Amino acid sequence: MSEQLRQHTFVLYVEDQPGVLNRVASLFRRRAYNIESLAVGHTERPGVSRMTIVSLISEGAAQRVEANLYKLVNVLSVEDVTFIPNIARSLALIKVQLLEDSRRELLEIIGVFRARVVDLGPDSLISEITGTEDKIQALVEVLRPFGILEMVRTGQVAMSRGVKRLTNEDSRTRETLVLEQAASQSV
Amino acid sequence: MIKTGAEIIWECLERLEVEQVFGYPGGAILPAYDAMTKYNVHHVLVRHEQGATHMADGYARASGKVGVALATSGPGATNMVTGIATAMMDSSPIVCITGQVGSKLIGSDAFQETDITGITLPITKHNYLVTRADEIAPSLREAFQIAAGGRPGPVLVDITKDAQNGKCEFDWNAAAPKTRRREPVHFIEPHELSEALDLINSARRPVILAGHGIILSGALAEVLEFAERASTPVALTLLGIGAFPASHPLCLGMMGMHGEAWVNKAIQEADLLLAFGMRFDDRVTGNLKTYASAAKKIHIEIDPAEINKNVHVDVPLIGDLREVLQHLLPDVERKNRSAWLDQIESSKQDSAVRDIQNLPDNGHLYAAHVIQDLWHQTGGNAVVVTDVGQHQMWEAQYYHHEKPRTLITSGGLGTMGFALPAAIGAKFARPDAEVWVIAGDGGFQMTMSELATVVQEKIEVKIAIINNGFLGMVRQWQEFFYDGRYSSTPLLSPDFAKIADAFGIPGYTVRTRNNVVPTIDAARRHSGPALINFQVGQEDSVFPMVPAGADLDAMIRRPSVLVERTSDV
Repeated sequence: MSEQLRQHTFVLYVEDQPGVLNRVASLFRRRAYNIESLAVGHTERPGVSRMTIVSLISEGAAQRVEANLYKLVNVLSVEDVTFIPNIARSLALIKVQLLEDSRRELLEIIGVFRARVVDLGPDSLISEITGTEDKIQALVEVLRPFGILEMVRTGQVAMSRGVKRLTNEDSRTRETLVLEQAASQSV
Repeated sequence: MIKTGAEIIWECLERLEVEQVFGYPGGAILPAYDAMTKYNVHHVLVRHEQGATHMADGYARASGKVGVALATSGPGATNMVTGIATAMMDSSPIVCITGQVGSKLIGSDAFQETDITGITLPITKHNYLVTRADEIAPSLREAFQIAAGGRPGPVLVDITKDAQNGKCEFDWNAAAPKTRRREPVHFIEPHELSEALDLINSARRPVILAGHGIILSGALAEVLEFAERASTPVALTLLGIGAFPASHPLCLGMMGMHGEAWVNKAIQEADLLLAFGMRFDDRVTGNLKTYASAAKKIHIEIDPAEINKNVHVDVPLIGDLREVLQHLLPDVERKNRSAWLDQIESSKQDSAVRDIQNLPDNGHLYAAHVIQDLWHQTGGNAVVVTDVGQHQMWEAQYYHHEKPRTLITSGGLGTMGFALPAAIGAKFARPDAEVWVIAGDGGFQMTMSELATVVQEKIEVKIAIINNGFLGMVRQWQEFFYDGRYSSTPLLSPDFAKIADAFGIPGYTVRTRNNVVPTIDAARRHSGPALINFQVGQEDSVFPMVPAGADLDAMIRRPSVLVERTSDV
């Protein structure tokens, strides 16, 4: 069991009922694992919500969390998509202070990052950016010198590539998934 | 048919074939208690709600059926917490029904309001907050299914007072549990079976680690056939006791912290461990880094969360133990492993010499002697319910169980106070069986108020108190690991025989070995409950012992000084 920590991304389908988030979060809390990000929302199926949970944990811990999450009655399916080719995105709204001489430069930067300006006032602007955590973090770093007044970030959401729906019937082993991931990245 | 929520509770319990519930009334559960009188479910009035949960647990463990406990909101519900956690750790199917304040009052700090679904979230398989009458039947039906299904465990159903008072159409069939999801389908692939069989058939020194899962899945015949066919010795966990007959030549006895030296030695020397429905608890593995390091490991387990949790296994086979063994058995080769069995047998010799049961009677009353005599006098046929501590380990060592569900004990949580109430539940499950409580003077005092329940319900349980005037197991740790500083372990107790007398139960006190058998016989002859207070040696310790976290074969053996000291006297 490796003790090396890695960001694991879990995708869960859960029943849309009171208390389910508490049950899920409690599994992490009990083991003193920190949840780095959490996103919950409706799915294409009525009464079913989808959660994306990111946590920095060891491989052994990730396996146990996955197995224990599946034991929760309200959890319909769970998958650790860390090693599955997937698209992961989050969204941030960043309010930046506007000084007279900085507006032009700010708009250029926001353009380069393919972010959008969703509000422009005399003293501040709000930029909306969607992307990977890395990309958002990069924009934040560039904007910081201009004076970030306020920022809000959604948790990360993730979806595996291709037509395969998330199920627990994945017969591929973790090792072959790592290989596939390596192959898809090399293309 | 229009019924109140309270009536629906009992309609459901009747249809779920619940014969009795263990409970205690109170404000928020009053409607249910009022409706109860119309139904054919026996109610056992306990003296503390913790007792109700242990009784439901004891009933479940003795019968294999779901036990039911009932309590009011607030303190009634919180008193159940220890019993629920006990059932969770030992995979015991119980359903706890609690009253809750009216749904409009929830969250207002109303009188006797507590968030019991929040409190019990990590110690239940699942729980429900039911706020409408029409949710009661589906919740209860599903609760029973979840409690008994897969790896069993406790489920709590918290029902608000307005849900009990509300009326709705009662439709039993419509309340059938929905299939929320596929139950975990774990295909054991042919290559996994063949890997397991290769290991099994080529092993030279295999050991079966027999756990509670054998009893829960009813795989006793399969395990017996497996062991005999493959000439494989069987070591038992504490909760696995009874899963394999103690008198069988292949039965090694209990493993782990207080297992006999030869058992742990065999595990450490094995080249293959077959873990059948057990979970590699720290009490059976000792130091994980040195645990059976030469052995390949096959783990057959219904709960995928147990795989690779403590010990890395080479071949995990996830599923119901009985079904998996039925798949494996036809291809398990008949082998004669006499060299391995002889090797284990030869390592027994040394231990047997040190064994306390061979000590002469010199006036010192050993708990081990008491338990061995109890085993002998009851023909090994009693259902024994123990508390937690030294007497529990001596029971496991000296009472030899041939059949499943005849030792009922709190293993995982180690709950003192478990024995007496659990025995009451066990007696309801097995009315024809001889049921014995073995408890220490400490644990017995935690729940001895249930003696009143014994009398009120006319429960014939026999009680053996192993009274050494100490919280014995803690004292032992203080002696071994804290330089003998007996911090808060000397224990003053009442005269237990007089306590029994006050409840109208015959009470006996035994101080010498020659009185043990006659008093046990007298208690057995008495029809009705009886209590014996065995005044045993104060500072006897349980041997052998693997200190917590030590290597499994680094045991503290029965000291030879003990033999010398007692033979001098």
